[in-house]
Amino acid sequence: MIAALAADLDGAFPSLVESAGPGLYWGLRRLCRNHQEAEDLTQETFIRAYRALGDFDRDRFEELKLSPWLWTIALNLGRNHLRNRSRRPTLVELGDHGRNDEEPPDIAAWDARFSSLPTSQQRAVVLRHVVGMGISEIAEITGRPEGTVKADIHRGLNRLRRVMEQET
Amino acid sequence: MSIESQLSRLVTRLPDGITEGVALGTGLADGFDLYPSPVGEVVVTFNIEGVSSVDLATEGYRGRFAERHGRGLFRADPPSAWAKHIPEAMEAGSPGRLPVDLRARTPFQARVLRIAASIPRGEVRPYGWLAREADRPGAARAVGSTMARNPIPLIIPCHRVVRSDGHLGEYSLGGPHNKWELLSHEGVEPARLEELAEHHVRVQADPATGVYCHPTCRVIRGSGQWNVVDFTSTAKARSAGFRPCEQCRPG
Repeated sequence: MIAALAADLDGAFPSLVESAGPGLYWGLRRLCRNHQEAEDLTQETFIRAYRALGDFDRDRFEELKLSPWLWTIALNLGRNHLRNRSRRPTLVELGDHGRNDEEPPDIAAWDARFSSLPTSQQRAVVLRHVVGMGISEIAEITGRPEGTVKADIHRGLNRLRRVMEQET
Repeated sequence: MSIESQLSRLVTRLPDGITEGVALGTGLADGFDLYPSPVGEVVVTFNIEGVSSVDLATEGYRGRFAERHGRGLFRADPPSAWAKHIPEAMEAGSPGRLPVDLRARTPFQARVLRIAASIPRGEVRPYGWLAREADRPGAARAVGSTMARNPIPLIIPCHRVVRSDGHLGEYSLGGPHNKWELLSHEGVEPARLEELAEHHVRVQADPATGVYCHPTCRVIRGSGQWNVVDFTSTAKARSAGFRPCEQCRPG
């Protein structure tokens, strides 16, 4: 994928959105528990990534780790991330059919379960087990030591288990 | 099922609209919307740079866009920063404050298109005038082909550019009858222009001011007209003692 992006950014970029988009969107959706915000953040992340990749030289492509890099962009997007929207066309959504078909089962239940976790644990659990990222990459993205990340994941999973036990 | 494997199933397909939103935001695709015009409904396309094309909303416009521009096209709202300038520009026949995307044109073509955009509503100029204004007096033919491939007709008013012999000439947006229609809509009398062209009239002079103009220039039209003198060339007007108008710069 990285070689393809380096060779033909415009041609390969749609494949990047296709492959990395679902993990990014559903990870963000889990963290912000809101379709609109997750959609906006996913789009903005890819748009910023596209602009940044346009300036990449060969060396930077070689050392690029795509998923952690995209997540770094996504987590750095602040509340003011929408300010550029007035400068670009926005898709007209033709009807809202299809939207709910994509949702995983029990999405509302998971929203409630995750809301009982502290932010650092939510982040660590989502990146590790929803997105499927390695510990060292999560440590890099979140700027926390690997031991702390592991502890966050461990505590987060335990808490989720307890919450789920209480549901039944 | 373990909690880990339940969590791993929380990633499903990307919801509709995100891929398209990214394509629009990066400029890998353009958005389009439909607008009324004097020649019928038109498709206006736009991207992060500005308005990129205007085409008749007839069958196959998506295919024509892909062929000419090599990008995808999605139904979209124009960027809110300049959305309201689109109908204004359509009505005025001039971009005004509307940004236009001429990246795919050569620098010469872009310059010629921007000069064409400065022709006032209700007036016309010949290809040769555009070539001269672009500092390439011999390039009237290149100007002609640039007008024929103007991606943003109506907003960049190539309908105000006529043949060097004064006849209306061809029009890319649906044919010459639309050029006639658009000029009539702006108060130009196309039949009068054709008649002047038949008589080889290039410029008209006003004895009261000593100035000669293109026949549609507001200066000569505002002069009262009864004693206007026709000339078949600018050289003849000059040798009769007239000087070129500073507004329409007939050369």
